Amino acid sequence: MRETVAESGCASVREITIEPVTRIEGHARIGISLDENGNVAEARVHIMSMRGFEKFIEGRAAEEVPGIVTRICGICPWQHHLAANKAVDGCFGIEVPPAGRLLRELTQVLAHISDKVLHFFFLAGPDFLVDSQQYETRNIMGIARQAPELAKRVIQMRYRAQMMLEKFAGRSIHPDAIVPGGFSKPMSRRERDELHAGAVEQLEFARFALDFAREHVFSRFNAEFLKLGEINTGFLGMVNGEDGGLSLSDGILRLMHPDGSFQEFSSREYTDFIGEHIEPWTYAKFPYARGWGEGFSMDLDAPRGIYRTNCLARINVADFIPTPVAQAELLEFRSLFGRPAQSTMLYHWARLIELLYTCEKVIELLEDPRITDNYIRSDAVPKAGRGVGCVEAPRGTLIHDYSTDENGFITRANLIVGTTHNLAPINMSVNCVARDLIKDGQVTEEALNRIEMAMRAYDP
Amino acid sequence: MSLKLCSEALSGCSGCEMSLLNTGGGSLSLFDKFEILHMPILMDHKYLGCNGGDGGIHIPKAGVGLISGGIRNEQHLKIAEEMRRQCDIIIAFGTCAAYGGIPAMMNLFEDKDLFRRYYRTAEATDSSLNPTQVIPPFLERTFALDEMIAVDFFIPGCPPHPDSITAALESIVQGKSLELPLLSVCDSCPAKREGKGSVNKIRRFVRNARYQPDRPVSEMRCLLEQGYLCMGPVTLAGCAGMNGGPPRCIDVRVPCRGCHGPVRKGGNQLMDILNALASNGIDTKNLPDRLSSLRFSGAHGRLNWRFAKA
Repeated sequence: MRETVAESGCASVREITIEPVTRIEGHARIGISLDENGNVAEARVHIMSMRGFEKFIEGRAAEEVPGIVTRICGICPWQHHLAANKAVDGCFGIEVPPAGRLLRELTQVLAHISDKVLHFFFLAGPDFLVDSQQYETRNIMGIARQAPELAKRVIQMRYRAQMMLEKFAGRSIHPDAIVPGGFSKPMSRRERDELHAGAVEQLEFARFALDFAREHVFSRFNAEFLKLGEINTGFLGMVNGEDGGLSLSDGILRLMHPDGSFQEFSSREYTDFIGEHIEPWTYAKFPYARGWGEGFSMDLDAPRGIYRTNCLARINVADFIPTPVAQAELLEFRSLFGRPAQSTMLYHWARLIELLYTCEKVIELLEDPRITDNYIRSDAVPKAGRGVGCVEAPRGTLIHDYSTDENGFITRANLIVGTTHNLAPINMSVNCVARDLIKDGQVTEEALNRIEMAMRAYDP
Repeated sequence: MSLKLCSEALSGCSGCEMSLLNTGGGSLSLFDKFEILHMPILMDHKYLGCNGGDGGIHIPKAGVGLISGGIRNEQHLKIAEEMRRQCDIIIAFGTCAAYGGIPAMMNLFEDKDLFRRYYRTAEATDSSLNPTQVIPPFLERTFALDEMIAVDFFIPGCPPHPDSITAALESIVQGKSLELPLLSVCDSCPAKREGKGSVNKIRRFVRNARYQPDRPVSEMRCLLEQGYLCMGPVTLAGCAGMNGGPPRCIDVRVPCRGCHGPVRKGGNQLMDILNALASNGIDTKNLPDRLSSLRFSGAHGRLNWRFAKA
């Protein structure tokens, strides 16, 4: 018998530890304590590490920071890269020329693609796609053995999406090509044509992915399964300021209540709407909707100030998706699940709808004739200022808020990283599943994996 | 028969793991060559614990142990020590593990200043005492792997190029040693050198370099000669892999920042770049934020808040 958990006490199980939480990015431990009846008293997700980017970018030349903060995350570096550049643009008061804006949006949206493919097939997918639920095979290697053609295609498509960025922008991981004022080098027509062909191929794969998932994964999403980790929360995401359509690069923020009503604000005003709460048992902070005036509570029966981000949130808050294939899928999704959809497992479905949007959007951007223009960067003069750069990272709304001194050095920085908005909801979903599946001291390996699945859906 | 491999990620960002997934046209060959026994980002092997709370870290025995990220807290140290015990060969995977990497920039500050900023003065944050329950305490600074455990091989890079990873793993599997060539980024850079010119002061990179948009990078003048701080002379070659491509940042017309680490294992990227600039007649007194030259190699005591304040 193989133990997956640490258990203490001899006769009765009191504390259960799941560590490390696997098939996520970063270090987390789930700690579950049982009461004397063997039922869950408390379940917590402890974020075990912290590096301090907000502190050590103080004193740095602002134009250097976008090349430093990429290292916050090796899966979504382009998101930090763009948000940081927008913040520096704000500090220095720079307007980006049209071709620069197009290249920035292109690379940032393109970066979403490999991230979503990674999550659905490599990270979360094994829970749904591998027949045997032995932990040794419940992973991408297990998929490769069980369904080699599928694995090959998935691995190849993720790789090709990364190589599109690599070929055009030098690096897919930890880029340098977005710079304050614009972009570092223009796109040639030949590069545009190659990228276009690659994007068309990615869109075809995205269609396959959703069809495949619908047949093999979502078909099993019955009412009972959809309750796994289901909580009732608000949602936060970026929308186009003019028409309320989904946007990942530029727009305004829409914060929706559980009842579907919402407020809108520009990212510069985020401190009026978003607060950050601290608990003594985790390094990470918990963003919450301070603007609702109800405080913060993760109580499952009476949550306060809780909202979610990431793809389910984005398709909930957006009025529509401005690309046709994804929009058709969204309409179908809404006819089945309503708006806002609350079921945590629907993150997987929403992720593949967003994958379609990102592929369509990349094609649309590449077809804009201005994208091959040579004027891609406005010059900057370092000066004192404040800038808030905001983008939708795959995991959620990403905010980089910088201030500079008269020499253009960072005096102060505040970051709200996409995934952190979901830390309170993750705790709640984990609590919810733990309480449902662990009773009378009975703990199975399957139950423990289900608890992790509730966390994994958020792609943390 | 495939070799057993364990992999852990400490104070890093998963970029090295993403690059690993890009090897061999997308990692299928990796799965053929190695039997992965422990790799939290990809598969579900867990630590066993004894006491349910701050339990032991148990990692299976393996021929190869890949560790990315530097050592920042007590748990990272425990994981590194367990990996050393259980794996025949330990590889410091990536610049963070080899040199501290970007997270070692935190060595410029005291942790108490970090906690005050993060938990009490950050915008939007409800002020609070520092969290201390369950989570592992910080060590006194961020360490590179070899400051705490014996390391057999180093694969630098932020992240290392997939080809470099493949070549390194293949050498190790065949029992060969892994020698990194003592070449700098300049040695593989195609940019045109015309001589120092009239540059005597470093420019900040707030406007693009001069180059013809539709011409190859080999026709662009060396960025250092254009007056930008380029860490090429003091950074190990190889960021673009083994096939002789131009250094990746230069390729997009952006100066090198040294993410591949120093040319020699014990090299100091700040001292080396000051020497290189001075010997070209460039006034280093006005170098903006000189400590940033150690942004990738701030472990081994190179970045220290005590002299950052001086």
